[in-house]
Amino acid sequence: MDEKHSCVTLSVQPSRGLVDEKFVILVQNSFPSSLLTIYAHHQCEDGNSWHAFAHYTSDAAGAVNVSEDCSMGGTYSGVEAMGLLWSLKPVPGSKPGLRMRKKNVQAPMVVTISVYSSHLTEGFGDQVPLAGVEVERWYMAPGVRRIPVTEDGLTATLFLPSGPGPFPGLLDLWGGGGQLVEYRAALLASHGIASMALDYLTCKYTMETGKIVEQDYFEMAYKFLQKHPKVLGSRIAMLGLSLGTSVILKMAVHSQIMKLRCAVCVSGSHVQPMDGFLKEMLDYFSKNCGNTRFTKDNEVVWRDLLLPIPIDLSLKVDVGKLQCPLMLIVGEDDQNWCAYESAMDMKGMMERAGNSHLLTLLSYPNAGHLMEPPYMPHARVSLFRDMQSRQKMMVLWGGQTLEHSRAQEDAWRKLLVFLRKNLYSGVKSGSSSLSNL
Amino acid sequence: MSLSSPPPILSVRPSRALVDEAFEVLVENLAPVSPFTLRSLHHSEDGDDWEAYGHYFSDHSGRVSVSEDLSFGGTYSGMEPMGLIWSMRPVPGSRTGLRLRKKDVTTPMLITVSLYNGHEDFRGNSPLVSMVTERWYMGPGIQRIEISDEELRGGLFVPPGPGPFPGILDLWGGGGGLLEYRSALLASRGYVCLALEYFKTGQMKSTDMSFEYFEVCGRFMTLNLSFFTFKFFLCGSVLGPNIISKPPGKTLSGEFNKIRVDENNHQIWRDVGLALLKEPSMKVDVAKINCPLMLVNGCDDQNWCSVETADDISKTMDAAGKGHLLTRLDYPDTGHLIEPPFSPHCVAGNFMVYSSNEKVIQRYGGKTKPHSDAQDDSWRKILSFLRRHLYCSHRARM
Repeated sequence: MDEKHSCVTLSVQPSRGLVDEKFVILVQNSFPSSLLTIYAHHQCEDGNSWHAFAHYTSDAAGAVNVSEDCSMGGTYSGVEAMGLLWSLKPVPGSKPGLRMRKKNVQAPMVVTISVYSSHLTEGFGDQVPLAGVEVERWYMAPGVRRIPVTEDGLTATLFLPSGPGPFPGLLDLWGGGGQLVEYRAALLASHGIASMALDYLTCKYTMETGKIVEQDYFEMAYKFLQKHPKVLGSRIAMLGLSLGTSVILKMAVHSQIMKLRCAVCVSGSHVQPMDGFLKEMLDYFSKNCGNTRFTKDNEVVWRDLLLPIPIDLSLKVDVGKLQCPLMLIVGEDDQNWCAYESAMDMKGMMERAGNSHLLTLLSYPNAGHLMEPPYMPHARVSLFRDMQSRQKMMVLWGGQTLEHSRAQEDAWRKLLVFLRKNLYSGVKSGSSSLSNL
Repeated sequence: MSLSSPPPILSVRPSRALVDEAFEVLVENLAPVSPFTLRSLHHSEDGDDWEAYGHYFSDHSGRVSVSEDLSFGGTYSGMEPMGLIWSMRPVPGSRTGLRLRKKDVTTPMLITVSLYNGHEDFRGNSPLVSMVTERWYMGPGIQRIEISDEELRGGLFVPPGPGPFPGILDLWGGGGGLLEYRSALLASRGYVCLALEYFKTGQMKSTDMSFEYFEVCGRFMTLNLSFFTFKFFLCGSVLGPNIISKPPGKTLSGEFNKIRVDENNHQIWRDVGLALLKEPSMKVDVAKINCPLMLVNGCDDQNWCSVETADDISKTMDAAGKGHLLTRLDYPDTGHLIEPPFSPHCVAGNFMVYSSNEKVIQRYGGKTKPHSDAQDDSWRKILSFLRRHLYCSHRARM
């Protein structure tokens, strides 16, 4: 019996965690100073396999602690506690343009973590690992309730936190890809915010009538939250990415119905025709599609569509009129929207208007467009179905994996602090009663 | 609470944990220096409600941390990070003689932690905030295999990974039936573990309680399980240790007239064991044991004379020059049912006497706080004992 085989132990703590929680991976009982590869494998709901790996040398006690030790190579290097998640890549031979997104948030993401002898870069399936464990990563904390919403003509899913409530509320908007994307709202509910993911491009109304929704659709969603018995009507926020940002900025400034406690806008812009709403926005983008560029690999670059930032106030939301705190999160390598330039323009408008004290701007060098919850694999490029043309194309989102992953982690933490401060504090702002978060 | 006042924020981390893992309960956004009660509630598989609660005061920043703050009373007091679990007991008005034991280990124990205004009067208020937390016996990837054939009956738990793993045979006591939770937990700690049912065997070929049954089990584990090493460990409690030590062919026929009752009419069985200890023919010759042996005893054990038994075993093994194999842990003010950490303490519980089908309440003994500390300490020592002897025993390791 090979004693080495029965000795090595591998543990991941916690073995069941939320997707934004860190874990500690520990290898013990290997031979001192032995070469080891730690390997992560995940099979997506769509059947695609993803993997990540890193090369370590055990210490004099035969141990490796991924949170403290240096990876000498693999899909990440250096000291990276969560590298085995954010550096996950499709296994060799996979289709190009894949992006990892959880559809069923009621089941966990299961990742198998194994440790192999020596420094391997391939052939993991052919070797027997020294040890292996399974780790569950959840979007929903215990007790969080998932409630599909179809009343008032809405296509949405509401996630209520555990407990009697009532809770602060949040409307969660994604971007131009449409669909009802639930995972971020589920995760926010796990942090105590009643969050509703809203489909506004491929919703029932649009699929049946062929028409794009108007402002009243979003106001209906806001009113649904406001009158919900488990939601605190005076504490509602909005969070949006990409096209969702455009909607939020328009509503935050111009809607008579919405009285937002705060807003978070990720990777988006305030540039849009003030005359009209979503349909006019989409038409405006189409009109400028001549500004589309292509990389040498034929990837679509749309960041120039709204450039240069117009001076004309009929073509952008006047954020100088904003009355609630706003957090802008942008990646400086965003190749899909001119989010950075837009953020700079918004900052200038707010400074001139005297409401820049409401603005928190987080701008990340070398981060791309898809700023997701932390530890999700970075997609620099992926296959995207354009809503207008219904065509699938390879779109360049941008970002360099390491900096993008760091940015996701930092931005999410700050986003949670911002939401907590604005949704959970006393009526008078500036409360210092919250412990360090 | 007015609409404009901020809601409290309660967090339990980790929200999903194994039953032997600690958690941190933190409440923020409270009114400063005010009385609050934190309460845990669990609805058992048997339909009973169990609860624990502690009375706290928020600090000037409006915060209560169960890990750092003092409980001023309730079902536990003092600084007790896990008091909300180990001090759980049936809610007022419940049936008597209850014992909390999970039967279905494939699902977690759900515990709701809630915050209330006030101290003694907290029950009159609605909870301000609450959170559900999951406590698991089975870690992710643990496989449960039902063993149910003519010769053998039990639940086998296998850790994920290539193996091979050391194996453990897990035996419970005179209550009979199949209890899997300790085996599931041991598998979550890296062992193949078989929870063996040796009472109520139904259609079994072998005779109840005969030594042959355990030999069959041993053969099963060494031959049939490819993920099994030659290392083998017997973990028994109550009747279990007696089985491990029993000479072949003998069955345990207690001197049941030695049973006493206490002031509550609960049966105290420890004198039965004391009488048996005086009979050399009823004792296994422990001088013949050749492997390390760990004995975990409660000094207030009212069901079995564990300490006296351990004394007897110790004397015999010393005389045979085998004393170095023995590890003894005797815990003061600890009763009979030494369970995995944070399990609620059962000082007296319902018991079905196997031979007569009579339902009685047995006294197990122990005082809750020392008993809970003993569960925590002994589990850690059991795990390190297992690790030392089953994983890499050829290397000197602490």
